[in-house]
Amino acid sequence: MMKEPIISVRDLVAKYGDKTVLDRVSVDIFPHEITVILGGSGCGKTTLIKNILKLYNPVSGSVKILGKEIIGMEDDEFDQTLKQIGMLFQNGALLNSMTIFENISIPLEQHTSLTPDIIERIIRVKLSLVNLESAADLTPSELSGGMKKRVALARAIALDPEILICDEPSAGLDPLTSASLDELILKLKELLKMTIIIVTHELASIHRIADRLIFLHDNKIIFTGTLAEAKSTDIPEVESFFRVGRFE
Amino acid sequence: MILKDKNLIFSGALNKFTVPDLLRKCKLLAEKEIKSIDLKDVETVDGAGVAFLDEISGYFPEKPRIINANTEVKRTIKIFSSVGLQPVPVIEKDNFTVRLGESVLSWKDSVVVSFTLAADIIYWSITGIFERKSHRKGEVIHQSILIGVDALGIISLLSLILGLILALQSAAQLRQFGANIFVADLIAISMVREMGPMMTAIIVAGRSGSSIASEIATMKVTEEIDALRMMALNPIKYIVVPKFHAITICMPLLVTMSTLIGIVGGLIIAVTYLDLSAVSYFNQAINVLTVKDVIIGLMKSLFFAWVIVIIGSYYGLKVKGGSEGVGKVTTLSVVASIFWVIVLDALNSLIFYF
Repeated sequence: MMKEPIISVRDLVAKYGDKTVLDRVSVDIFPHEITVILGGSGCGKTTLIKNILKLYNPVSGSVKILGKEIIGMEDDEFDQTLKQIGMLFQNGALLNSMTIFENISIPLEQHTSLTPDIIERIIRVKLSLVNLESAADLTPSELSGGMKKRVALARAIALDPEILICDEPSAGLDPLTSASLDELILKLKELLKMTIIIVTHELASIHRIADRLIFLHDNKIIFTGTLAEAKSTDIPEVESFFRVGRFE
Repeated sequence: MILKDKNLIFSGALNKFTVPDLLRKCKLLAEKEIKSIDLKDVETVDGAGVAFLDEISGYFPEKPRIINANTEVKRTIKIFSSVGLQPVPVIEKDNFTVRLGESVLSWKDSVVVSFTLAADIIYWSITGIFERKSHRKGEVIHQSILIGVDALGIISLLSLILGLILALQSAAQLRQFGANIFVADLIAISMVREMGPMMTAIIVAGRSGSSIASEIATMKVTEEIDALRMMALNPIKYIVVPKFHAITICMPLLVTMSTLIGIVGGLIIAVTYLDLSAVSYFNQAINVLTVKDVIIGLMKSLFFAWVIVIIGSYYGLKVKGGSEGVGKVTTLSVVASIFWVIVLDALNSLIFYF
């Protein structure tokens, strides 16, 4: 039996001014899977994510998260949905005026009634998961790009959300860090049964973690399926993506 | 949660929602002898649940064993356990003398850096007059519009109000002695020597000084300054010199405008409240002013302008961190500019009028 989608997008249209960036896009994200959204630069991958999360307002269409329609939803109600979603932004988006510890503590302090001792333990664990235990007292400006991204992941998973969305998590990271990040993402899926959506171009990463692929091209979704299906498809854009990116 | 035969039994979910209540209950059991924590009926555990188990282990005299956890719960505990991790280090603050010493040294460094920067800016501004290629074409005009033309409205309005206020406050006193005509002396001297240059400088420091500091600071944090260097361009020549030239042209003009409008503000009160004629007001104002007053007022405005550009550039270039750093240096630059404008004004009064 087909699983119920955790996120369901129907006929989504997004525009920047007069330019259409997403043209009647429909897609389903299934629970406890890692879905990778891929496609060429500027094809609308990040725009799709930001429209799903109402960071941008879509022109038309429907977006259901955890069974609830979020377009037109009141802000208070949408906040409850957001508490079940963790987002790792492309550049980390850490708050520069706060230490790493304080950055990760924001969701824990604001959305739970956990005691400071428990919050401190959770933060220590989340930082150790991303191998940054010693960075707790540093500020984001003292970290490298890769470190910022790892801290941002620790902040995104602070509340153990049901859905984790990562915008280009491996971009700018060395292969080893990138691989360890992928391992962590797999662990999060397995242990916490998270549903994970990843926007990435990195073929190595896609091979390691993807359960399902969504391929965007020219503002439309041209392929949805597993990695094996993607590799054997005859859709020219998908076929050339995997052929050109092959490194064996 | 049940306590049975020194065995603490949990059931259901141990997660961020159930933990606060469980923690309160466990605190009541502190110091009791607990041999084991039974997780047989626990279905799910998250990060907060594991942190809770680690935390309560320390409540009891003897560390209890965790028993009967299913495979999945065991794996989650293994991944999320904080046992053995280093606590978050507490950074010790330096004592008073160390902090005092550091601030003196850093103040000394700031003085050296700001004077070097000022020398650089002045040198490149002088050579820049003859060298047209060092910055973008039309940049001086563009900056003059931003610093001068765009500030005309607010400076005119405030000068008019200032002239009105000065005249109104003094009119009542002067009238008692039949000295109505001296309102022209008061307004002319105060606007030319003090209020015109200083008020204009404070408005320009707030408008243009802050914009110079934040623009340069943003360019620094986004590596645009480094990019200019890599294109073999001198950032001071390219970014700061056009602003320096523009403010040098605009400031005396703004001050002249401000002074004239302030005097007109005084005229309104003189005519309507003190029954003076416009001609006698202007004649009196012109007679009381000396060439020295006008020249000192304009020279002062130039020094104020240069201080504003140098301080804005200094703080812009010394930015550290990201967006927060930009906000900090912008505030610091406005405060410092206004402070030094007032100090320079006081020095000027001491030198020329004491």
